[in-house]
Order: sequence, then C-alpha cells, then structure tokens
Amino acid sequence: KGHTQLRLSQMKLAVNFLTIGLVILSLPCGSYTEIPPKPPGSVTVLPPVKPAGGPQAFPDAENSNLPVFTMDYARIQVPFEVTLWVLLASFAKIGFHVYHKITFWVPESCLLISIGLIVGAIMHSVHEEPPAVLSYNVFFLFMLPPIVLESGYFMPTRPFFENVGTVLWFAVVGTLWNSIGIGMSLYAVCQIEAFEVQDINLQENMLFAAIISAVDPVAVLSVFEDVSVNEQLYIVVFGECLFNDAVTVVLYNMFIFVADMPVVEPVDVFLGVARFFVVGLGGMGFGVIFGFVASFTTRFTSNVREIEPLFIFMYSYLAYLVAELFSISSIMAIVTCALTMKYYVEENVSQRSCTTIRHVVKMLGTISETLIFFFLGVVTITTEHEWNWGYIMFTLLLALVWRGLGVLVLTQIINPFRTIPFNFKDQFILGYGGLRGAISFALVFTLPDSIGRKKLFLTTTICMIMFTVFIQGISIRPLIEFINVRRTNRNLETINVEIHSRLIEHTIAGVEDLCGQWSHYYWKDKFLKFNNRILRKILIRDNRAESSIVALYKKLELQNAMEILDTVSGDINAGSSIVSLQYVYPLSPSSSCSLSLSLYFALSLILLLSLSLACSPSLSLSLVLSLTLSCSLFCSLFCSLSLSLSLSLSVFVH
Amino acid sequence: MYLSVLDSRQSLFCSSVSFEQIGILHKRFKQLSHNEDTLRRDDLNTIPDLSCNPIRTQIIEAFFDKRNFHQNGEGTVQEISFEEFLVVMSHFRPPALDMTEEQREIIRREKLRFLFNMHDTDNDGTITLEEYRHVVEELLSRSGALGKETAKGIADAAMLEVASISMGHMEPDEFYEGITFEHFLKILKDIEIETRMNIRFLNMDTTNLCK
Repeated sequence: KGHTQLRLSQMKLAVNFLTIGLVILSLPCGSYTEIPPKPPGSVTVLPPVKPAGGPQAFPDAENSNLPVFTMDYARIQVPFEVTLWVLLASFAKIGFHVYHKITFWVPESCLLISIGLIVGAIMHSVHEEPPAVLSYNVFFLFMLPPIVLESGYFMPTRPFFENVGTVLWFAVVGTLWNSIGIGMSLYAVCQIEAFEVQDINLQENMLFAAIISAVDPVAVLSVFEDVSVNEQLYIVVFGECLFNDAVTVVLYNMFIFVADMPVVEPVDVFLGVARFFVVGLGGMGFGVIFGFVASFTTRFTSNVREIEPLFIFMYSYLAYLVAELFSISSIMAIVTCALTMKYYVEENVSQRSCTTIRHVVKMLGTISETLIFFFLGVVTITTEHEWNWGYIMFTLLLALVWRGLGVLVLTQIINPFRTIPFNFKDQFILGYGGLRGAISFALVFTLPDSIGRKKLFLTTTICMIMFTVFIQGISIRPLIEFINVRRTNRNLETINVEIHSRLIEHTIAGVEDLCGQWSHYYWKDKFLKFNNRILRKILIRDNRAESSIVALYKKLELQNAMEILDTVSGDINAGSSIVSLQYVYPLSPSSSCSLSLSLYFALSLILLLSLSLACSPSLSLSLVLSLTLSCSLFCSLFCSLSLSLSLSLSVFVH
Repeated sequence: MYLSVLDSRQSLFCSSVSFEQIGILHKRFKQLSHNEDTLRRDDLNTIPDLSCNPIRTQIIEAFFDKRNFHQNGEGTVQEISFEEFLVVMSHFRPPALDMTEEQREIIRREKLRFLFNMHDTDNDGTITLEEYRHVVEELLSRSGALGKETAKGIADAAMLEVASISMGHMEPDEFYEGITFEHFLKILKDIEIETRMNIRFLNMDTTNLCK
C-alpha cells in the first residue's frame, strides 16, 4: 500500500508539470487575442508582433529584423481547444477515482455534470460561448457513435438472444406507451389556465413527449454497469435503451412533420406505422449486412495486421452513417453491426489486434460519455431558459407515473411468455432505472424555431435529465440493496462452470428434441448448425471450430502462466507481504485522500481558468485571472511536493 | 387410463404444468413408443434431431436410470412407463414465482442431482477422473478434430479446480478420489441452475411436426 501511495504522488507530480506546461502555453494566448482588430484610419501603436493570419509582409513603416520567436494561435485554435477540453474532462475523471468511496455512491455521470456546471458558470461570467458540442451534427455524428459501438460490442450475446422478445417488447411498446401517455396528459395539463401554456398545441406536446420518453443509453449504462443486478433485468434495461431508438426516430420525424400541419389525417398514422417497420428492420438489416462484410474483409487481412482494427471502426461507422443517410435508426444499425461482427472478427484477427480493438472501443466510448456529461453541465448554465413551474413539475411527475404504469402493465402481459418471470422488485428497478440523458437534450436543442415555446422545452428537458440522473442515479444503488433484488454473481469463469453450462444447454436441447417441446434452445441449436455449416466457412479464415470450453481453458492457462511470471519477477511471497506492508504506511488514508482530492479539483480549476483565459478579450481580466491561476498553481505544487516528501520520509523512517 | 396417472403426478409438477400440457406429453410418448405402453432405448435412439447432439447417449441413459425415478432405486431398466417418463421430465420444471428460498434450494438440488447422475455412470456416488474425462470428450466430440489429449488436459484442469475449491490446500501425498455430490453442489452454486435448466412446456400440439 505504501508503494502505491508513492507511485500516486509521483504521478501527481508528473501531472503537475504537465499542467504547468499547458498553462504556460495558454497564457500568451490570452494576452495575444486581446489585441483588437484596428479600425481603418487610426494610428497604429502596435508593438512589433506578427498579426494573425499567418505570414504577411510587414508594413514598410516598420523596419524590423528577422523575428526569433513568432506565434500563430488562430491556426491551431480549434484542435487546441478540443484537446484542452478533452484533457480537462479526463482530469476530472482521474480526480474522482482518487477517492474510491465517491464513485461508489455517486455515479460518475453526476460528478461530471457538476464539474460541467462549475465550468459553465465561469464561462457564463466571462460572457463566452461554449463550443457547440451538443448541436445536432456534432453530437449525432461524432459523440454518440463511440458510446453505442461500445455498448453493442460488449453486449453479452447469450442473455440478449434469450431475452430478445422481452427487450423488443419493452423498447417498442414501452416507448410508444410513454410517448402517447405523456403527450396526452401534458396536453390536458396545458389546458389549465393557471400555467399560461395554452399556446402549446397537441402536436407540439406529442413531439416533446416523444423526445423525453426515450430512455437514454448513455445515462443508463453509466449507472447500471457498476451495479450488479440479475442477468435478465440487466439485459432488458440494457437492450431497451438501445433499441428504443427506432421508435424515437419515427415519432420525432412524424411529429416534426405534423407540427406544421393543422390537421392530422389517419393516413399519416398508418404511414407512421409503416415507417416504423422500415426504420427498425432497415436499421437491423444494414447492421447485419455491414457486419458480414466486415467479417468477410478480415478474412483476408492476415498480411496487414497493423491496420486490422481499422476495419472494425470504419465498417461500424459506415453502418451508422449510411443509416443516418436514409434516416433510419442508426443506433440499431451500429449495435447490430457490432453484435454480428464481433464473433467472426475475433476469430480472424490476431490476438494483438483483438486486444487493440477492445481497448480502443472502450476508450472512445468512455471519452465520449465523459464529454457528453461534461457538456451537459456546461450548456445548462449557458443556454437561455424559460421557467414555468406548472409545466415542469407536471412533466416530471407524469414521466414517472407513466413509466411506472407502463412497466407494470407490460410486464403483466409478457410474464407468461417468459421462463423466468419478473417479480415486483425487478419491475420496480426496471421502472426506476429509466434515466433520460443527452440524446433528449440534443433533440430538443435542434427543434426548429417555428416551435414557439422552444426555451420552455429546453428547460424542462434539462430539469428532467438532472432529476433522473442525480436523484434516480444516486439512489438506485442503495435502493437495490434495500429491496434486495436478485443479484448475479458475474465472476463465472471457471472451467467447471463452463463445462456444465454447455452440458446443460445440450441436455435441454436434447430433451426438447425428445419430447417435441421447442423453445429458444431449439432455434439456437438450429442457428448454430447453420452457422457451423455455412457461415463459418465463408467468413472465417481457417475454420477450426473451437468449443467455448477449449477457448476458456486456453485463456485460463494463459492467465495462470502470466500470474506465475508476475510473482516470480516481483520476488514477493504473496501471503506475508500484504500483512507487513499494512504497518509501513503512516499517513492516514482519509486525510491523504482528501488532500489528493482537493489537489485534483485545484488542477481542474487551473485548466478551466486557462481555457477561459484563451478566450477572454479584455486585458485586465486576463491579468487578474493569470495571477489567480499562478497562485493556485503554486499552492497545489507546494501541496503535492509536501505530500510526496512526507510520504517518502515516512517510508524511510519505517 | 392416463387420468389416474395425471392425478398422482400433477402434484409433482406443482402449478407449472397444466393438464393440457401433460396430455400433449402423453401423445408424444405414444408417438415415440409406437402406441405401446412402455418406451425402450431403441425408440429414443431413432429420433433424427437427437442424432447430432454430442451427449445423446447420456441423455437417453438418464431416462432409463432408476436413480432419476425418485424411488431410491439403483441401476438401469430396459423400458419405462409414462409415469416414469413424467418423473424424469419433472426435473426440468421451472420454479414458480411465489416459491420460497427453501423450495428453490430443493429444486436446485434436484436438478444438480440429475446432472450428477449423468456423470456418475457406475453408481458409486463420486465422479472419478475417468468419468469426468469421458463427459468432456463427448462434449468436445462435435467441435473439430481435437485429440483426446486436449480433452484429457481440460478434464484434469477441471478436477484440479474442484479439488482446490472443495479441499483447500492439500498435502502432496493426498489423493483426491472423486467429486462427491456435496463438492459438486459447491462448485456449481453460482450457476443459477434453477433459472437455466428449464423446459417451457407448450400448449401447442407439436406431435404432428416432430418425427
């Protein structure tokens, strides 16, 4: 434990120096952009600095020599600011994990939104616009695909296909129920004169309801991935938030189209239903096609191993973009593409490429998620709001009520068809875990301005997101423990368990064949046969049909070998050292953790100040800011230095 | 005649199987046994869908194993009646929604006992290394040309795992004889067998569709 603390302090020192470097880089930027463009006709009293826009001929009046040191901020401005924002969000993430207890009780999404709120407040006070990250194009083309790819790639396939009926039932019918219910009720609420919202007509209400009734994958996954509920519940929640996109797309487009029209005809409703099938099945179809093409491509990449991971990313992104081209459900396309691709690609590519793919997919997904929540916090402060107590409170209430009702009714209908029915505890978590997130916000943000009450909708969406993410997100973990939902132990990687899982599957398939009772095991068996006979021959390079038992056995042997190597090289007898190291560490964990915590928050503050510095126009403000930031920088430097010094001293003493 | 059978065995299935479903199973039984009252091994061997199942022999043996008839018998029989057929099928009933933890535990033990009997072919109450190897070989027999050595290696690793979990640290000269039922329960306690080893009995008459 002392070793890790020492390494931690070294890491902090390195981070400090990095921050110093970044800050120094950005300081002159502040003073540089403060030079305003000169109106024509006035006398130039400029110091001999090169103007923005690259190399230009100097004015003849100035006789200057070859400049030794030049700067051109405008050229690198966009990539530079992007990198700084990403770094800032990542520093915040490091900071949260220093103190382990926080992330246990408060999901990361909440913490990121809070930091975003602080940054947004600062940007608002210096009258600066945040970068347009949550605008339609940037969000849906760059921020969302990595997250959905990550969730599709790491989706547990066996539980998914066993529960696919329930997942689709909740995703489609549940979202429809919520949208129509909330829309109608909100329209009824609008008729109440006291709330002054009578100008919102039925179409606009339905449009708004369609936007906020969709459960958001980003928010849900960030909360549920640490909480271990039983497998069936997890996969239904997981699958629902990914597959409700088809319904949301259809409803959104339908109501946008209809919001301008004064009268809705029955033909339009019928067309909407037809469109839903096109969107949903088309999305899945495109995903499967691109998945197969990707698998087929990787069959031939044995000589270009370095770029193998590229194909995965390019094909899945292509699936997403082509789906967006035809306005069909791009989320479903990319998820099905990842699901189809994963099985065949991981057999074709080399071990290193496989690791790279998994790692990069996870990294991109995490970064995207971090940025999305961060910017949710920022834009909360910087957009214009319109507050209306009645509308907002009723929206929150109705959303909760309709979701609860929906889960109850739908579960009653589908329980008889399930092998393992959902009990009331499962249903409660299913209803309570319906968090809303950034997708709703992005959709509201890009509503056409012809909708009169757009600002009200924005404010309500933000309230909805904050309410669900903070209150429901924080309380769901204690609730799960309190009501004692059936949990799954996810550490099932022993050979015996794998052997017996296969044994059970074959037994059930056999007994079902014997007594003529078919269920999904039968279809699974048939599909596996088709897979082995046809698909594998086409899509996999050398068709060595490997049982999962053998695969697991190899993996475990490899792990064992690596563990042996680790202990031998470390030269520590594992049993006794942990006990002895416990008493080496003198500084109490809690105080050092709080110190480190404050240190990281200080670092984050420093970075954001440097960012605002880069954008601020006035000289005095930038001077003040640079003074404050240098002070805080030196304070934090001093703190970390003293901490590491004290730690090393104590280690030596003992 | 089968109504009396149904009365006595309805309690076995609790509330998870209805009269209609037992009727359909009876029809299937008649179809398999060619309208006789008892079922033989050969009747089951001729089911075409079952032929590509790697553990076909074990499954068929399980139906003729007296230990699965809940009457504390041992050994095997040559033919079974519909009653005994239902008793074997009852191992696959799903737990009802309103069951208590003890009832779930009983069902879990029953299903794991079924699997244990599938392994323990010589009836001595333990699964020896040879029996385990045999099962692993059968399981892997359909997937590629794996030598017997791989199956042996895997079975050895699995036994080692069981030994380390059940017995903890063993002296070098100690010998692990075989997996007893209690050890079997211990290593498979995380597998949630009561939710996975179920057959959903349909209300649809599928006898015309099977061969």
